[in-house]
Amino acid sequence: MDPTLLWTAFFVITTFGLYIGIAVWARAGSTDEFYVAGHDVPPLFNGMATAADWMSAASFLSMAGLIAFMGYDGSVFLMGWTGGYVLLALLLAPYLRKFGKFTVPDFVGDRYYSQVARIVAVICALFISFTYIAGQMRGVGIAFSNFLQVPIEVGVIVGAIIVLFYAVLGGMRGITYTQVAQYCVLIFAYMVPAIFLSLQITGTPIPQLGFIGNAQDGLPLLQSLDRTLVELGFQPYTEGAKSKLDVFAITLALMVGTAGLPHVIIRFFTVPKASDARKSAGWALVFIGILYLTAPAVAVFARSNFIDTVNESVYSAEVASGEAQARDLGEDATPQWFYNWERTGLLGFTDKNGDGRIQYRADAETNEVTKLDRDIFVLANPEIGNLPSWVIGLVVAGGLAAALSTAAGLLMVISSAVSHDLCKKVLVPNMSEGQELLVARLAAVVAVLIAILAGIYPPGFVAAVVAFAFGLAAASFFPAIFLGIFWKRMNREGAIVGMTTGLLVTGIYIVHFKIGFTSLVIGVGLLILAVAGLIIHLGTHKKEAGQPFTLYAAILLAFVGVMGVMGILPDIAKGAASDHFLGISPEGFGSVGMVLSFAVSIVTALMTKAPPQEVQDLVETIRVPSIAGDDAPGAPAE
Amino acid sequence: MTDPSVDAGAGETSPEVSPTSARDAYWRENLTLMSILLVIWFVVSFGFGILGRDILDQVSIGGAPLGFWFAQQGSIIVFIILIFVYAARMSAIERKYKMGDH
Repeated sequence: MDPTLLWTAFFVITTFGLYIGIAVWARAGSTDEFYVAGHDVPPLFNGMATAADWMSAASFLSMAGLIAFMGYDGSVFLMGWTGGYVLLALLLAPYLRKFGKFTVPDFVGDRYYSQVARIVAVICALFISFTYIAGQMRGVGIAFSNFLQVPIEVGVIVGAIIVLFYAVLGGMRGITYTQVAQYCVLIFAYMVPAIFLSLQITGTPIPQLGFIGNAQDGLPLLQSLDRTLVELGFQPYTEGAKSKLDVFAITLALMVGTAGLPHVIIRFFTVPKASDARKSAGWALVFIGILYLTAPAVAVFARSNFIDTVNESVYSAEVASGEAQARDLGEDATPQWFYNWERTGLLGFTDKNGDGRIQYRADAETNEVTKLDRDIFVLANPEIGNLPSWVIGLVVAGGLAAALSTAAGLLMVISSAVSHDLCKKVLVPNMSEGQELLVARLAAVVAVLIAILAGIYPPGFVAAVVAFAFGLAAASFFPAIFLGIFWKRMNREGAIVGMTTGLLVTGIYIVHFKIGFTSLVIGVGLLILAVAGLIIHLGTHKKEAGQPFTLYAAILLAFVGVMGVMGILPDIAKGAASDHFLGISPEGFGSVGMVLSFAVSIVTALMTKAPPQEVQDLVETIRVPSIAGDDAPGAPAE
Repeated sequence: MTDPSVDAGAGETSPEVSPTSARDAYWRENLTLMSILLVIWFVVSFGFGILGRDILDQVSIGGAPLGFWFAQQGSIIVFIILIFVYAARMSAIERKYKMGDH
């Protein structure tokens, strides 16, 4: 048997066994343990778990490759996906921890004394988490099929069963400690090839420093890459193609979106105290930073090395077909890994000018590398660095760890949104703790089944909808939570109108430019609204007056929605990039939606009446820790 | 800055429910510290890394233009420092006002 396959199987089985062992050890017995790990996770461990929770298959596999192609423009991911932690630590996490409940909709519902606001928050949380989890399961399936030679479906199902096992058994407790283990696996798997690559290309064992170091010929690495790229007709690496305003908007949307993502926020509910939430955000960013400071280095190494070894190299059809060994062909030969990855379909070569050499160019006419997948740079690193075959197995285990840890965190949000926020707080308030736990576990099972389906039959727009998750979090959750903490005058009306405005404006812009309003998309959108309307009706018709119309509205929406899904409604074409508002791409529009949401919230709140006194007292409670001997509003929230 | 509500929070002077002066002082110190750190947050990322990078790029750090470096590595390092400074300063402020935080 092929040693790479053997090592991969070894690492995957060992790490999966480890995760299962941890799950059995960390079983949850109460809702407190299930939702927030009993509030007793030490800040350092929570930091590690948050890092694994946050870094998905995309961070691990795709980010370095994306940056390698985008150069300076790739900075939006580096700053955007780390800067949000400053906002979390300073503006949200300690206060939400002090509030002391289980979920984000919990806070929105209590702070805005409204079931409607709570339900809007539940819908946002579910929508964000489902779009995200579909991508993770797909990543698991691809990793399995590329490296273990099993069908994608089998990979997706195996991955899902593992996640389900520890999420259902251990809840947040099980997830936390598996995420700690998964962080260790993924960071080790990322750093080993990066260190060897750095040694090979810059001579320093610290890739983070190799980034600004010199290449083996003594010239600064970035400078020679810039020069080579220009010679081949590309944009210089350190220059961007995007406008300043667009880079600004995307970075801001990703930062604020990160701070507003529910699966990240709930991690901070698991530490003992508000001050631990601050420390733990710091540790999280340290652990994330180790990978994020390495990624731009890997990007530069990979792009330089690709050009050095592949461009103008002599391609051999015999090696490609397996009849000859690459090492027989001398200095100029195309490296062996190129052929290996060509077979997987992630690389492609067409000898357009028939000279038997590979020409890598910017111009599509003369460029002969016809397929160059962005994930290749992380996946092929071990081979590019001539590392032994066990390193490849390790990288696969690392990619799986990244995908599974994120999937588990999202699963937790889905399960608690359904059992706690929807069933316990809205539909069946007199449910016992045991019943709530059962519903939470059932919800997790159903969510995994949906995720398996989404992983096996990915909707064509999965990649596009990730922009949604950030845009929606930035334009809905962030303003509502922020104003809820820092502005006592902020009221129910402001929150509902603000969240809905942010959601709709951002959503419509993204759909218009990313997917286009096909009949199916309109239909699905209306069905979601119909379900929302129905839940609002069921949850509020007894308590809040003037609601009978919600039922009729829901029925009407559902009817038109079904028509849309059947394809009866007219399609509206996708918008062209040249029509972007101020040149801001859909990924960055969340920042416009956020500003709008803030403005609308503030104006609406000022025009309607102030929140009741007990809510203002609640805000006072979460802002300031209790003082010895003073138990008025500063008393603990639990 | 595009974050209007920071000012809304900082400028708030509405009368407190139970005006213990320690609580007010604590909150004011928190807001001041937060504002300073957020200004730094904004300057290193949006300022150095995006808006002003052309000016900074005239200088190099190692082999990288400075503005480019801030956009890809420098800002992340500063972010980490900012959070730990905030955590440490807040703990000191809580000790000063003898606040237990549970």
